[in-house]
Amino acid sequence: MLKQLTHVQVWVHDQDEALAFYTEKLGLELREDVTVPEMGNFRWLSVGVPGQDDVAITLMEIPGPPVFEEETRQKIVDLLSRGASGGLFFSTDNAQQAYQELKNRGVEFTQEPTEQPYGIDAGFRDPSGNHFRMAQPR
Amino acid sequence: MVYLPSTRHLLRAKDLVDARYREPLDVPTLARAASLSPAHFSREFRRVFGETPHQYLLTRRLERAAAMLRNTDHAVADICFEVGLSSVGSFTTSFRRVYGMTPSAYRAANPPAARARVPTCVLQAYARPQSRSFREDRRAAQG
Repeated sequence: MLKQLTHVQVWVHDQDEALAFYTEKLGLELREDVTVPEMGNFRWLSVGVPGQDDVAITLMEIPGPPVFEEETRQKIVDLLSRGASGGLFFSTDNAQQAYQELKNRGVEFTQEPTEQPYGIDAGFRDPSGNHFRMAQPR
Repeated sequence: MVYLPSTRHLLRAKDLVDARYREPLDVPTLARAASLSPAHFSREFRRVFGETPHQYLLTRRLERAAAMLRNTDHAVADICFEVGLSSVGSFTTSFRRVYGMTPSAYRAANPPAARARVPTCVLQAYARPQSRSFREDRRAAQG
């Protein structure tokens, strides 16, 4: 049966910008960056949390034809920009410190660290509009 | 550089409401976050998110107030100011219109019992009142 979750996918509107954001601002590490010429230069790009080697985040360019026709591609770009993406949740040992560091690097926060019954959490976005949370569990 | 839709800038204004609803936010401040003129901003915000920036801000404050009524023992008047509203009278009126009861009655009806640990982002997204019952909505619909 299924053994392990290995990759989660995030649509991004620009892989170069996403790579810079996820590595330089969020502090994730590059895992895979492979461009395949026979697949129309499809670029398999993934990053991960340092120390958590068995789960990667795939930064997928929103494809046009032959995968999606232009109208569909444009709709996905539009939905992302409206904040209609799913979310990824991260954990942190120190939400306040992580918030300060990430904010200083220019990460856009949707919620400052806030005390919750389950711990301290905060929310932020990537340049495409994807929504992320980080929580310092109680 | 790949084209990024202008709605991404509007989303910044919406995020600003979610992050800083406690502060006295006004339309020019929100419009700046979206890099648009105030008039153009309000129109575009409504077109993209289906309600005016003012409605979004008010319902966010009411949603946060309701959460504080359930989860804290702060006085009603304090909660009103803590969510960025400046008049207890209008707060009570708006709250009643949305939740069908006064803030005190709402608190009595929703004791801080053991409930699912739903992350705040989920709560904020799902528990925000629908704003169609607001007077300004009807005016906007007619205008």
